Amino acid sequence: MTMLEPLIFELSREGRTGVNGPKCNLSDKEIGDLLGSANLRSNLPLPEVSELDVMRHFTHLSHKNYGIDLGFYPLGSCTMKYNPRINERTAALPGFASLHPLQPVETVQGALELIVQLQDILATICGMDATTIQPSAGAHGELLSMMMIKAYHADRGETGRNEVVIPDSAHGTNPASAARCGFKVRSIPSDSKGCTDLSALKSALGPKTAALMLTNPNTVGLFEVDIVEICKMVHEAGGLVYCDGANMNAMLGLTRPGDMGFDVMHFNLHKTFSTPHGGGGPGCGAVSVKSCLEPYLPTPVVRLDGENGGYILDENRPQSIGRIHSFYGAFLIAVRAYTYIRTLGPEGLRSVGENAVINANYIRSRLSEYYDVAFGNQPCMHEVVISASKQKQQHGVRALDISKRLMDYGIHPPTNYFPLIVPEALMIEPTETEGKQTIDHFIDVMIKIAKEAEEDPELLLTAPHITPVSRLDETMAVKNLDLRYEAIFKDTHS
Amino acid sequence: MGYVSNTDIDRKEMLAAIGTGSFSELLPIPEDVRLHELLDVPKSLDENSLYRYLSKLSARNISMDDYPCFLGAGIYDHFRPAVIGALASRGEFCTAYTPYQPEMSQGMLQAIYEFQTFVCALTGMDLSNASMYDAATGLAEAALMSVSITGRSTVVVLKNVHPHYRQVNQTYLNTTEDNYIEIDAENLNDVDSSTVACVICQNPDFFGRVEDLAAISEYTHRIGAMLVVSVDPVSLALLKPPSDYDADIVVGEGQSLGNAPAFGGPLLGFFACKKKYVRSFPGRIVGATQDLQGRRGYTMTLRTREQDIRREKATSNICTNQSLLALCTTIHLSALGKHGLRQVAAASLLNAHNTADALCKIPGVSMKFPDQRYFKEFVLKLPISPEKTSKLLVELGVIGGLPLGKYYTDMSDCMLFCVTETRSEEDIQLLVDSMRTIVDKEARI
Amino acid sequence: MTAIPEGLKFSKSHEWVSVNGETATIGISDHAQAELGDVTYLDLPEPGRMLTLNSQFGEVESVKAVSELYSPISGEVVETNSEILNSTETVNEDPYGKGWLIKIRISDPAELVTLMNAKDYEEFTAQGGH
Repeated sequence: MTMLEPLIFELSREGRTGVNGPKCNLSDKEIGDLLGSANLRSNLPLPEVSELDVMRHFTHLSHKNYGIDLGFYPLGSCTMKYNPRINERTAALPGFASLHPLQPVETVQGALELIVQLQDILATICGMDATTIQPSAGAHGELLSMMMIKAYHADRGETGRNEVVIPDSAHGTNPASAARCGFKVRSIPSDSKGCTDLSALKSALGPKTAALMLTNPNTVGLFEVDIVEICKMVHEAGGLVYCDGANMNAMLGLTRPGDMGFDVMHFNLHKTFSTPHGGGGPGCGAVSVKSCLEPYLPTPVVRLDGENGGYILDENRPQSIGRIHSFYGAFLIAVRAYTYIRTLGPEGLRSVGENAVINANYIRSRLSEYYDVAFGNQPCMHEVVISASKQKQQHGVRALDISKRLMDYGIHPPTNYFPLIVPEALMIEPTETEGKQTIDHFIDVMIKIAKEAEEDPELLLTAPHITPVSRLDETMAVKNLDLRYEAIFKDTHS
Repeated sequence: MGYVSNTDIDRKEMLAAIGTGSFSELLPIPEDVRLHELLDVPKSLDENSLYRYLSKLSARNISMDDYPCFLGAGIYDHFRPAVIGALASRGEFCTAYTPYQPEMSQGMLQAIYEFQTFVCALTGMDLSNASMYDAATGLAEAALMSVSITGRSTVVVLKNVHPHYRQVNQTYLNTTEDNYIEIDAENLNDVDSSTVACVICQNPDFFGRVEDLAAISEYTHRIGAMLVVSVDPVSLALLKPPSDYDADIVVGEGQSLGNAPAFGGPLLGFFACKKKYVRSFPGRIVGATQDLQGRRGYTMTLRTREQDIRREKATSNICTNQSLLALCTTIHLSALGKHGLRQVAAASLLNAHNTADALCKIPGVSMKFPDQRYFKEFVLKLPISPEKTSKLLVELGVIGGLPLGKYYTDMSDCMLFCVTETRSEEDIQLLVDSMRTIVDKEARI
Repeated sequence: MTAIPEGLKFSKSHEWVSVNGETATIGISDHAQAELGDVTYLDLPEPGRMLTLNSQFGEVESVKAVSELYSPISGEVVETNSEILNSTETVNEDPYGKGWLIKIRISDPAELVTLMNAKDYEEFTAQGGH
């Protein structure tokens, strides 16, 4: 299993054929007659492998990859909960998966109804008025939110509002998304309790403020206790408040950003609503808004047409910021999220928030004796940030080394070195789907590693020991860039 | 409930270990924003009932499995081998996250490295990233990258680029307050050439026509701008790659390479460029390197361009790629191989031409661009309203082409057809017969 | 730890300056290179560019960090160390010698007074200055 797997291109043998695909007996000359011989390419450097080669190659690759199905995956801020298989089954229904987005609207009423139902449910869950599922990821949802906020201020003639206030604990996409919309980023520090520093916020707010971008619970896993006051302050300054919904799992059924005063938020359907992360994507960054931002939602807006009683794709939205996706967003991700929400119902959604919070606090409480907990071991929401500062100082072992050692125990490491305001951070998010047994095992391993750090730090510094590869030379990866398999490009005249 | 594993006893023990009497006491949410009643969402359904409910809802749609479909315009119903589903549904792939920990993610990392190689092989470009959301946002990222590289602020988009892609570009550029111009190729000279960051083209264009972009490329580079091209990757099995006409950035939609039409999402944008732009590149990139023992391994690289390190100065705010779809495309291209992909493309080419020829025999139906070469899509002028034709075709069991009046006011009598290799002779005959029936009937009225 | 050569002056943003007549050589400190890790990329200005005190003149990148370079004094860039652009490891290996970054013609020698000497700089970094 730890053998080097060749690249698919290295398995290629001239003349070997793959799957039993379509047959066409057009000659090269006939193709040239139709397309123009000057337009034809001379060489297509693709591999020639059998279907069995393909099956084995990618199965081997899968053996070198770790997913939630294999074990505990407490990657903070990513909500690696179980991905129910009924979601995959419903998303594979031909009546959903085999729809063309440009079909006559009469032929896709079921799909549009599902989108509208999901939009309404998401608005209810977060306490807002309207939703779009067009954004393809969380960062895309952030970008859309900033676009709408910019349009909102412009419509009110307040074009001088060109600053967005963002706490220093925020995810890097927040400042990057604001900057993409031409906003200036004003970073504010966190207070000694790990929450937004109200006096710093106050001095950052003013006539230039377009918005505050805030993650709640924040990236330290703490609930912003002054949230109502914070939203009030921003509104009084004439700005809007955006909620980064990466941590929505902590709040399901327990509280709603709309009730706190937020004007707009994004969901990560691939985190909170259990759609598979797929090794990085596809996701869906649905955005919900209060009525003040509804006119700016991207087109087309999917809605029920009161006059004709059918669902429509409404493009007649003069104040809309426009289109942000080739079509209507990640529809099949929406089908999965909808399936999940309908499985859970109101009681199930509440149990998500509750168990996620209990699991995280249980880890915090049991590990606090062995590791420093960021910002003084106070109750957290769905994730806990611990620090390996103690281990670094006393034994020269860093957060990264602890993470690599976890791999030897078959556990995926937590998020490392984030948030930036906690030195040697390890951000642990167990999610509600993990039971006490699994969590106890993780805690026991973490305690064992803390002891190993004292007794045999070398064991950690050289970890992992049992993975298909050991630590990789990332400097070499940058300095000797190797981003494609060069050998197939050598012979370009065949 | 809710896929929760803890039992009541577990919760009790955990709360006791935490040192709190109840969950309510533990919860650090201020009283005034706590939700005391349950959310007003539909009640829970058991797995079987839910599946039946969604089966019924999905059956209210007419899918491409129900009726033969002749729509294209960016989403294509090409053959997808069964191995894709079998492999991509493996939990090791689909339940993994972004490969931040390369030692536990070598499978996906190697697959993405192979994906990048495939994109370079098809487009002829030096570099590919690990993928983008879709072709439309990929094109917008290419426009912004050109603005950043050239220090110029006008983005010129040709009118025969997909209307939705143009709209997304416009949305992005409105926000950055850059200058956005839509123009026909023959009027390129009218734009103040010193301000142009890039010229964005599509090949084959939105109408399916195979374009010779050599002249546009020459002009674009002469004025110091960059050439951005949107391509149909299946066409590149036959057509010369954009590197041959010196494209700087090549973007496209990878859905047609092994991914479901999916009502238009999720999609797979691919993004390739010349080597010299490596530091301005948006998105994730995977590179090969070595581990401590000197073994070949893969890792995400050039990370300092990205938002988590550079924050507001990042090359893009994008933080993910469409890994699972990129994996499907990698499996698809491996399984089809050099020979198979050419067969798919050639069969589509032949089917499209046969269909166009047969349809043009119907009185009043003719090619909109009779002298131009096309790949798998073509525009027909119809004797009756395309919107009406579309509805009548559905009544006869066919999903027809795309009426173009909504996108081009001077093409209100036109319909864009797409015929891939998956349309059988019977499918095509049904379309032709249905069109003839509709035209005959209308002629009698 | 590389020993600090005689006569270097340091800024709070971890650049060092060595003065020779009216020319100043500028680089990053041993402490800075150690914090960054393996340097993989340098973005340095062209000769002829005028730099003001504390203005950004370039960037230094490692695998997982980007650090902006600030000019500890005002003046015109007269030379850029082109040899290190393709052997960035020199910045790690010899930060005070072959790993120098730029030379500038000093326009206001009075600015040098505000910089720290080696001893003060070591204390500054020991107290966690960054």
